[in-house]
Amino acid sequence: MKLFSFKGGIKPDPNKTQSTVLPIAQAPLTSRYIVPLHQSVGGTPRPTVQVGERVLKGQRIGEADGWISAAVHAPTSGTVVEIGPHIIPHPSGLATDCVVIEADGRDAWIERTPFDLDQAEPDAVRDYLRDMGIVGLGGAVFPSHVKLSVPRGKQVEQLIINGAECEPFITCDDRLMREQATEVVQGSLLFGRLLNAGKVLIGIEDNKPEAIAALKEAQQQLEAPLEIVTVPTIYPTGGAKELIRVLTGKEVPGSRRSTDFGVQVFNVATVQSAWRAITYGEPLISRIVTISGAVGEARNWSVPIGMPINVLVKLAQPRTDMDGVIMGGPMMGFRIPATAAPVIKATNSLIVHAPGLFPPKPAELPCIRCGSCAQACPQELQPFELYWWSRSAKFEKLENYKLFDCIECGCCDFVCPSHIPLVNYFRFAKSEILAEQREQQIADAARERHEFRQERAEREKREKAERLAKANAARKAEGKDLSAAALSPSPKTAPANDPDAAPDISSHPDQASTPISMDNHPVLDATAKQAAILAATERARLKREKHAGKSRDTTH
Amino acid sequence: MPANPAIPLTDQLCDVIVSSETPNTLTQSPYLVQPVSVTRIMLKVLLALLPGIAIYTWLFGPGILVQLLLATTTAVIAEAVFLRLRNRPLQPALSDLSAVVTAWLIALSFPPLGPWWLIVLGSAFAIIVAKHLYGGLGQNPFNPAMVAYALCIVSFPAIMSQWPHPLSAGGLSPTDQITAIFLPERIDAWAGATPLDHLKTTLRLATGNDNLTVQNILRDHTIYGVGGGNGWEWVTLAWLIGGLWLVQQKVITWHIPMALIAGMGSIALGFWIVDPLHYANPLFHILGGATLLGAFFIATDPVSGATTPRGKLIFAAAIGVLAYLIRVFGAFPDGIAFAVLILNMCVPLIDMYTQPPIFGEKSRGSNA
Repeated sequence: MKLFSFKGGIKPDPNKTQSTVLPIAQAPLTSRYIVPLHQSVGGTPRPTVQVGERVLKGQRIGEADGWISAAVHAPTSGTVVEIGPHIIPHPSGLATDCVVIEADGRDAWIERTPFDLDQAEPDAVRDYLRDMGIVGLGGAVFPSHVKLSVPRGKQVEQLIINGAECEPFITCDDRLMREQATEVVQGSLLFGRLLNAGKVLIGIEDNKPEAIAALKEAQQQLEAPLEIVTVPTIYPTGGAKELIRVLTGKEVPGSRRSTDFGVQVFNVATVQSAWRAITYGEPLISRIVTISGAVGEARNWSVPIGMPINVLVKLAQPRTDMDGVIMGGPMMGFRIPATAAPVIKATNSLIVHAPGLFPPKPAELPCIRCGSCAQACPQELQPFELYWWSRSAKFEKLENYKLFDCIECGCCDFVCPSHIPLVNYFRFAKSEILAEQREQQIADAARERHEFRQERAEREKREKAERLAKANAARKAEGKDLSAAALSPSPKTAPANDPDAAPDISSHPDQASTPISMDNHPVLDATAKQAAILAATERARLKREKHAGKSRDTTH
Repeated sequence: MPANPAIPLTDQLCDVIVSSETPNTLTQSPYLVQPVSVTRIMLKVLLALLPGIAIYTWLFGPGILVQLLLATTTAVIAEAVFLRLRNRPLQPALSDLSAVVTAWLIALSFPPLGPWWLIVLGSAFAIIVAKHLYGGLGQNPFNPAMVAYALCIVSFPAIMSQWPHPLSAGGLSPTDQITAIFLPERIDAWAGATPLDHLKTTLRLATGNDNLTVQNILRDHTIYGVGGGNGWEWVTLAWLIGGLWLVQQKVITWHIPMALIAGMGSIALGFWIVDPLHYANPLFHILGGATLLGAFFIATDPVSGATTPRGKLIFAAAIGVLAYLIRVFGAFPDGIAFAVLILNMCVPLIDMYTQPPIFGEKSRGSNA
């Protein structure tokens, strides 16, 4: 098969052999599991259990709250002792709502029923995978069912199963492919079938010959119609868009989806867990985690989601001078804020750090525009220009130089002779730009609300004048005098509990001081009601928009 | 440091010298870094200059070594004083060796037997005005060494145009060379014009004289040697070897040297084809003067040069053409310095208009 290449990339020391010698071990049961509800890209699942409730292993404890969301499950049987904020492995160090389960030690499964694929509608399969909590296990944790729905009119020509695993130190996919090759191949076929893909390709870097051999053997045994492709070891070949380029020659721009180009990509562990969910009715409650670095025994563990990292790391006999744990690899990972945080679906690797594990980063010097970063950038950006504009906070320029196409792979940092933490500058600039956009949205919404309020005030004034005129006409006709009646404004037009409308009254004293009664006039009542309904729907629309804007932001 | 056969010897040498890096606290990824540094890059540039300096010294005597020493000392002192005045830490900036590279390039483009104050003035001006007044390393829009050259050639054109003969062709003895540098009034009539300069003046004087063609002039005067100048052609070839090593070491890319040589070569070829009697052949221009030193060591200064691949080609080709025009039709003996400075001014524009398409942009039309 003809392979393609992408520009740039680097060849760091892989550091993989340390953790590939030993087979995957099952992490022993511990007493307490902390399962964050928000574990995938998208919404935060709603808890479906209550404190004090007994749960079984595999029981759903959080249900998807929308299309881009995925359920979470109890990793073992026991009692829910708390639902509340706990620190999670995220660079921010923020806490998020977690379900804490006190294990009963029985590890008793819920009743598992295989899913009948032949009888099911495609939508039902996707709903099932969402409810089984299947998300991308390569680290991006994007709900898989979303990626299994191809936009109308698009055809998946190539389904790529990503076994490249390009980042140093990480070997969880390598060991999984070696030990569960059959399940990986069957999972790949399953997704090929669900997507009606023209071709299924499993891409693996050539530094994993054992995994390649195991998969090829499984493929022969199953007579599986897919291709196992060996790709050169260049970081970051495991990036979805880079692997698409290598295997198909297609370049998917940062702003587009790969399905627009007839390609979809899943990680090997994702298809394997999806296959287990369909075949055995097992939800995603554990994953393979590589533990390496400053440890006595580097290896891969099958770890229940929710197991505290400090408990897990002890199994690997960390060095006594350990001073932190990095989640992910040394290129894109981050030091977790507290080791009490649990293993989550995104935890592919934990690197125990101790002094001397990584060479000390030399002091930052000025950029000499040598262009090494541009040569190393797999996205073919000009990092030194981005650095320049990030430093001077020229956001418009940053967008011209395509800051948001940066995948933060760290190649530029790796090669920089001035040791500038370029990716950090880019992370900072991105967050500044996003914050600015958010503020802009809020300001826009406020302006819109203000304009609408003014418009409404004018309309009400106008309507009041009309009503007065009509009332006068009616009074003349009926010969009655209504002007003596001083009544309060209708709660429908200006509800007291609406914060938007509240200042309205005070800012229009004329309206407040000369209220009009509509109780006795069924005809006028109807028009006022209509106006009130109109105002309420407009308010609701604005609120909805504001919320939509917010939820869009959180997905970034 | 144990010898590691996997690492090239030059890198190991660099490692020994590059040992004063201060550790940073581990904060955010990536945690892995390549063992590269500005110091290492500058060190490689200096190493690449050594063969040329060796041949220079062998053919022309120790005067150039004195100039290198004077330039280096002045540049480092000026750097230290200005770092102190700007309240910047001394150690990282002094150990990056960028001031030494600037100093060496100044010494190599100045007349080797020029008076001591000339090189001191040039080096100090380069570091203080061309580098630190613009903000130090990485901030200077102009090549500091060429700023120094431009300042001195404009201010002291006579001294800056005097070049010695090789030792074998009646050059000054080593002791006389030292005297010429420090007590210039004691030595007289030691030098002549550079080959480029000599050719230009002779051709100008020859208007109307049909016997004075380029071929005849080159044949009749010993200063021209086999290539760009007697003795100078070997120094120039050594710059080429050092420069190619820098390309092989990935300190520089091929774009700038290639385009500069091609730019100068093609305009020289054009004039030579049209009027071979009055214009020297392209090889004379490529091997003569500062062309190869400029192509591999001066125009490749990343700070003041273009950075995109296409931009580098435009930038360097324009330097080649402009340098030819200046050295053939202008008032100065060589044109590299002014060509580099003029193109330095165009760099922001060149870079802006030559941004390469990013990943996914090239094929957008074809497979979208």
